[in-house]
Amino acid sequence: MPHHDSRATHGPAANHGPAANHGPAANHGPAPRRNFLAEALAILCGGLATLPPIAAGIWAFLDPLGRRGAAAKFLPVADIASVPDDGIPRQFAVVADRVDAWTGFAAEPIGAVYLRREKGAEKVEAISATCPHAGCFIEMDQVEKCFRCPCHNSRFTLSGGIVAPSPSPRAMDSLECEVDGKGSIAVKWQNFYTGIAEKKVKP
Amino acid sequence: MSDSPRRDSPQQSRPAGKAPGLLGGLADFLDDRTGYRAVVRAALYENVPGGARWRYVWGSCLVFAFLTQAITGLFLWASYSASSQTAWESVYYIQHEMSGGWLLRGIHHVMAQAMVVLLALHLMQVVIDGAYKAPREVNFWLGLVLMMLVLGMALTGYLLPWDQKGYWATRVATNLAGLVPLVGPAIQQLVVGGPDYGHHTLTRFFALHAGFLPATLVAMLVVHLALFRKHGLHAKQPITRPDAMFWPDQVLKDAVAMLAVMAVVLGVILLPAVRTMLAGGQVDWGHVGAELGAPADPSQPYAAARPEWYFLFLFQFLKVFEGWGASGEFFGAIVVPGIVMGLMFLMPIVGRWKLGHRFNVCFTLAILAGAGLLTAMALNEDYCGLWADKAALADVRKLLDETEGDPGKIAAALGNDAATIAAFEKRAKKLEKIRHSESFLAAARQAEADAERAVELAGRPGKIPPTGGLELVRRDAKTVGPRLFERHCASCHAHVDPAAPGAAEILAKSSAANLHGFGTARWLEGLFDPKQVAGPAYFGNTAHKEGEMVGYVTGEMADADEWKPEEIRAVVAAMAAEAGLAAADTPAELVSRGRGLIADGERCGSCHTFHEKADDSGEVEYGSAPDITRWGSKEWLVGIIADPTHARFYGESNDRMPSFGKGKDGGAAILTREQIELVADWLRGDWYRPAGH
Ligand code: FES
Repeated sequence: MPHHDSRATHGPAANHGPAANHGPAANHGPAPRRNFLAEALAILCGGLATLPPIAAGIWAFLDPLGRRGAAAKFLPVADIASVPDDGIPRQFAVVADRVDAWTGFAAEPIGAVYLRREKGAEKVEAISATCPHAGCFIEMDQVEKCFRCPCHNSRFTLSGGIVAPSPSPRAMDSLECEVDGKGSIAVKWQNFYTGIAEKKVKP
Repeated sequence: MSDSPRRDSPQQSRPAGKAPGLLGGLADFLDDRTGYRAVVRAALYENVPGGARWRYVWGSCLVFAFLTQAITGLFLWASYSASSQTAWESVYYIQHEMSGGWLLRGIHHVMAQAMVVLLALHLMQVVIDGAYKAPREVNFWLGLVLMMLVLGMALTGYLLPWDQKGYWATRVATNLAGLVPLVGPAIQQLVVGGPDYGHHTLTRFFALHAGFLPATLVAMLVVHLALFRKHGLHAKQPITRPDAMFWPDQVLKDAVAMLAVMAVVLGVILLPAVRTMLAGGQVDWGHVGAELGAPADPSQPYAAARPEWYFLFLFQFLKVFEGWGASGEFFGAIVVPGIVMGLMFLMPIVGRWKLGHRFNVCFTLAILAGAGLLTAMALNEDYCGLWADKAALADVRKLLDETEGDPGKIAAALGNDAATIAAFEKRAKKLEKIRHSESFLAAARQAEADAERAVELAGRPGKIPPTGGLELVRRDAKTVGPRLFERHCASCHAHVDPAAPGAAEILAKSSAANLHGFGTARWLEGLFDPKQVAGPAYFGNTAHKEGEMVGYVTGEMADADEWKPEEIRAVVAAMAAEAGLAAADTPAELVSRGRGLIADGERCGSCHTFHEKADDSGEVEYGSAPDITRWGSKEWLVGIIADPTHARFYGESNDRMPSFGKGKDGGAAILTREQIELVADWLRGDWYRPAGH
């Protein structure tokens, strides 16, 4: 162990004297010489050596960027009998198979929609329960007959319209919805970006 | 390091002239090989101009708080498992089953909050004392970065238990991150770990919380401390007392302050337990320290979603921009906080001007005061229902109810007087605030009950299934039953204890029987009570109001000659026994006597079938009224909920009740079999109860 030897030779004095600052090189090697090529190579080699772990890490870390949610599908959520034509929205769970990284869930509740029919109307309207402000779960206020977000007090009319003034930048998100011959209501389940005026589908 | 300027410090190495003992020899050897004495000296013998002071302790307290977090965090790590089926479960295990787990988690949780307070104090002290000015600018900037790292750890840590609270708060936080121009959506996708919240949200938050952020923090902290030493302590002017050494004078003060911080933290954790003990109660240690909500459920609303209290001001700040549309949220969540941070980074430069320092001090105090004010506003909005005087606004409530909030009608009722209307509107706003608070308080209570129940379920002898705690909750009649009832049954049926205050009002509004206590003797006694059977709790608001059953109960059964009171009692006992809900002390003879009376073709049996044998074709021929074989049992209830129009139940005479388990023309049913069972179990009060309750 040459290092040990050099310390031993100089003894304790070397630890206190200014010479110690220069280390063994000052005594044994030639005076420091700027060698651009050597410096550049040292940096390059060192950098190249550390690059693979960092690059591999970042590569894997960025994986979610390429992931897309399940393609928007029409999912059956309810029977028309459970949505009376009284203008009052009813809340239904949206159930679908869901994949969470390595786990596959069969028929899991993945969110909620409000379904509603105007008085005397056949047509069913579907509104997402996710708040367009920042994504909280909007609830219906039975007494006040409106939608209310528990987070920042955004309020919406029963048809999902915005009640001003509101922290929310837009009305509740309506969802496409179909009723088949048997009266089964299917909703096209989609998520939207929150906090912007435009209703933009999340990929 | 060898040319330390502190060679004149009071304690040199070993005093010269004395022969080293064994230990001394070892120390000499170590010092020779490592030079540790110089390092220790450099660390301890720092000159403190003007002597040790209490106002310098905050920095050390912060380091101490961080150490506490590192220690407790590492031990928590040894028991935590980050995935959406194990995070809540492992935290439940730490909190409720592991010995000392509650204390470990409690310290980590409360110290995190203490750290935020200490940060604010340290920042205030640095700014007020002008310690951020040249040559300490870089150190000040490092301090701000450290502050953001600590806040980042607080934010990421909130999610890790994967309970409802953390889940919904994190959804809001990550959605706000998505508002950053250009890269926002990508950042959001990266931290969430995909398009949806799940395993990778947890693994990423955990890696940030326990890896990336603390590692960065340690690196920065080392530089922060090194720079602090390089520039020396910034003494508060004027200096009136002689200088002192860092060790032991300032260290003593620091250590006392650390002890005080720890005492406060332990106090916060233990105070509720001590109170319970003093009141003579039994402390459930699983409920001491940090709380744990119900497992995260994306399909279950969580109206009590709030960030940790030190982020409440940001949360409240978003409400300030009400009505600004999309730009409001962008301003509130990104622009303003960005500007504030930017101004703080500029402080050392602004501080060079004469008035700059004053500006910096005022600015810092204003920010802290503003944050305090916003926090108070947020708390007031959420909790004002507890102290606000609602009675004073009763007339507002009444008018709003009567007019259904129609502005035209309100104006007419107030005589179309502008001033009165304006005053009314102001009071209506107040009422709206109180109502908002009340719904928050109700949600918070519900959340607490749900959390309690989840923990109860997780503690079953059967333990948590591999699919996780959420599965337990979703299959729990006590949790899910009332939600399903509320959504599908409550528009007609009441479910209210008739003795409860306000019950009459609720019953009057219902259009079908009150199902509270359905199947019990209490419920049956009311059914056979001539005064009640046609009331709103039974058939009063249904098409059967004038039906045969009501006629029979108010006629024959009211006649003591036809039905002796003990005979009615026997029928009640027998029916409750059919439901499996008879009281344990019900005499068997009473039940069998009741059974005989029910089957009697002259009495109940004239309309109802009761344990009727199937005929040769395997069919039972039902009577004109519902079959009451095993009436009120789970099987019976599931049957009637699934299809009341079946001949076994009401058949043609069914009054408006939907067939919940039977889709029209083979379409999907309103409720699945499992959901109907959950409602039936809940109505019957049939759910898991821990032993000893
Ligand atoms: S998330 Fe709904 S108001 Fe903010």
